[in-house]
Amino acid sequence: MARKLLLEHINVPGIHTFDVYRQKGGYRAVEKALKMTSEEVVEEVKKSGLRGRGGAGFPTGMKWSFLAKPEGVARYLVCNADESEPGTFKDRYLMTHIPHALIEGMIVASFALGAKTSYIYVRGEMMPQIRILERAIAEAKNAGFLGKNILGTGYDLELYVQPGGGAYICGEETALLESLEGKRGNPRIKPPFPAIAGLYGCPTVVNNVESIAAVVPIINDGGEEYAKIGIGRSTGTKLISASGNLVKPGVYEIELGLPVEEFIYSDEYCGGIANGKRLKATVAGGSSVPVLPANLTLKLANGDPRLMSYESLSEGGFTTGTMMGSGGFIAFDEDQCIVRNTWNFARFYHHESCGQCSPCREGTGWMEKVLHRLEYGHGKMSDIDLLVNVAKNIEGNTICPLGDAAAWPVASAIRHFRDEFEWHVKEPLKSLETNYGLADYAKPIVKTEVTTEN
Amino acid sequence: MLKVEETQQPVEFSSALVLKFDDIVTRYPEGKQKSALLPLLHEVQAELGWLSPAAMDKVAEYLDILPIEVYEVASFYSMYFLRPQGKFVLEVCRTGPCCLVGAEKLMGHIEETLGVKEGEVTTDGLFSWRGVECLAACGFGPVLQIGPEYTFYENLDEQKVDQLIQDLRNK
Repeated sequence: MARKLLLEHINVPGIHTFDVYRQKGGYRAVEKALKMTSEEVVEEVKKSGLRGRGGAGFPTGMKWSFLAKPEGVARYLVCNADESEPGTFKDRYLMTHIPHALIEGMIVASFALGAKTSYIYVRGEMMPQIRILERAIAEAKNAGFLGKNILGTGYDLELYVQPGGGAYICGEETALLESLEGKRGNPRIKPPFPAIAGLYGCPTVVNNVESIAAVVPIINDGGEEYAKIGIGRSTGTKLISASGNLVKPGVYEIELGLPVEEFIYSDEYCGGIANGKRLKATVAGGSSVPVLPANLTLKLANGDPRLMSYESLSEGGFTTGTMMGSGGFIAFDEDQCIVRNTWNFARFYHHESCGQCSPCREGTGWMEKVLHRLEYGHGKMSDIDLLVNVAKNIEGNTICPLGDAAAWPVASAIRHFRDEFEWHVKEPLKSLETNYGLADYAKPIVKTEVTTEN
Repeated sequence: MLKVEETQQPVEFSSALVLKFDDIVTRYPEGKQKSALLPLLHEVQAELGWLSPAAMDKVAEYLDILPIEVYEVASFYSMYFLRPQGKFVLEVCRTGPCCLVGAEKLMGHIEETLGVKEGEVTTDGLFSWRGVECLAACGFGPVLQIGPEYTFYENLDEQKVDQLIQDLRNK
């Protein structure tokens, strides 16, 4: 069995309550951290090599060390629990079952950053999780882990839960801060970065739920111990949300570096493709990352096994690779239509574009329209290159990464599944009734022997 | 384009609701009470079922901000209803992963069962339904939620939805 740091006690009855969580060693990290200096806590997180678990993968410790500390100005920690990336549901799972892991991490992280007030911004649809967190905060406060003079150390912290209003864009950190200030979720132009001017213009750190929860084992065992888990610069464990046509979809904690093939097919994880079907394609890190055909999911272009790590998933760039993203792993079986799914995602991004930048506002709408006509049998051959062109004109031309996130799934679907798009144009009636099938998308990649020149 | 329902119906907030407001605004630093806007709108919608212009004006008055600051927020976020809804609003996830496991078929079934199109209210005022974007429960799809507490129903099929609608009717 692989090592579990976050979900170790997930099956313990009552682990969502303070008492049971405490019995299982909970809140040790707070006791330990509050005896350290805040700089030492930041140093441990730096040593751990922890990378942001929300999608960008930026080193958490480094993000913390960028926080400006002007005299007499409040600093804020804001937890990003606006989980909305299609394919991602790990934060909901963590908050539902082990809410105290997040609360404990929030206390340690707030202490490290010198924040006296911290917020957990939870998407509004997660009202049950908001109630769970509010209860957990009340329990922690009652036990002296929150409020004034925590554990007699003189450190004060108030922690609040803020509901969102249902907007994917608020997962972008500056849009989230706008929303927390009671405004529309329009991303801000950076710089200044939140570390300098964030919530209410004050220095602010925004971290994902899983990143903050991971601080707990890092403080308990030490950053160096944490860094021993994983592979290369992908240290520690990661929660993967597995969905789509799998025997056992769900949330799994993996040690980074696990082979993708083992994750999909072993009984310890997803247990293979549902209904005895074959794998056609995957989206490995949430809907924003490039889609890959089955063969490139399991193997790198050189035939080596692909691993679940930041580096291995992005090996080959966008030509043959993808990204770790938020760890939203979506599997498509041989009966799924890539064109239809790409249209579905394009509709999602069109719906969720905040409308601030014209390339994204207009481009996402056009991609949705053109993909709709391809899917419903009215497409032209030139539409395929038109889509590539629109995607290219969105990418890199917007204030926030939503534009890129909308462009990449479309561009990658055409890059790897162009045959299927062309078939929709050539066989419009047939494509309405049946699917293109597996074609050669699962054709094994042969390992290329490296020849060394003498 | 979102259309706001035209109505001059005056609105009264219950004292229990205003007490909730008073508690929520304490979460933010002094002078930053506008931060309470999103939570307050959720509370109003939970009590009144939707956000009428009069209700939004009253929220603006309470927070000491301009009415337009409330309208622009209420129309930006997808959870706020700017027109009356059924007593139970069935919100079905229609994004990629749920569609891989049958969400589109399920929406068709709900439309047929309730006899109203997306966004419309049944004649008895009990139900409306709509497709919504990813609800972050992709491994348990198809899923739907029902406000104001956003109770979640997972791994749905047609039978389970029929049962749910029946249970809600008898509530």
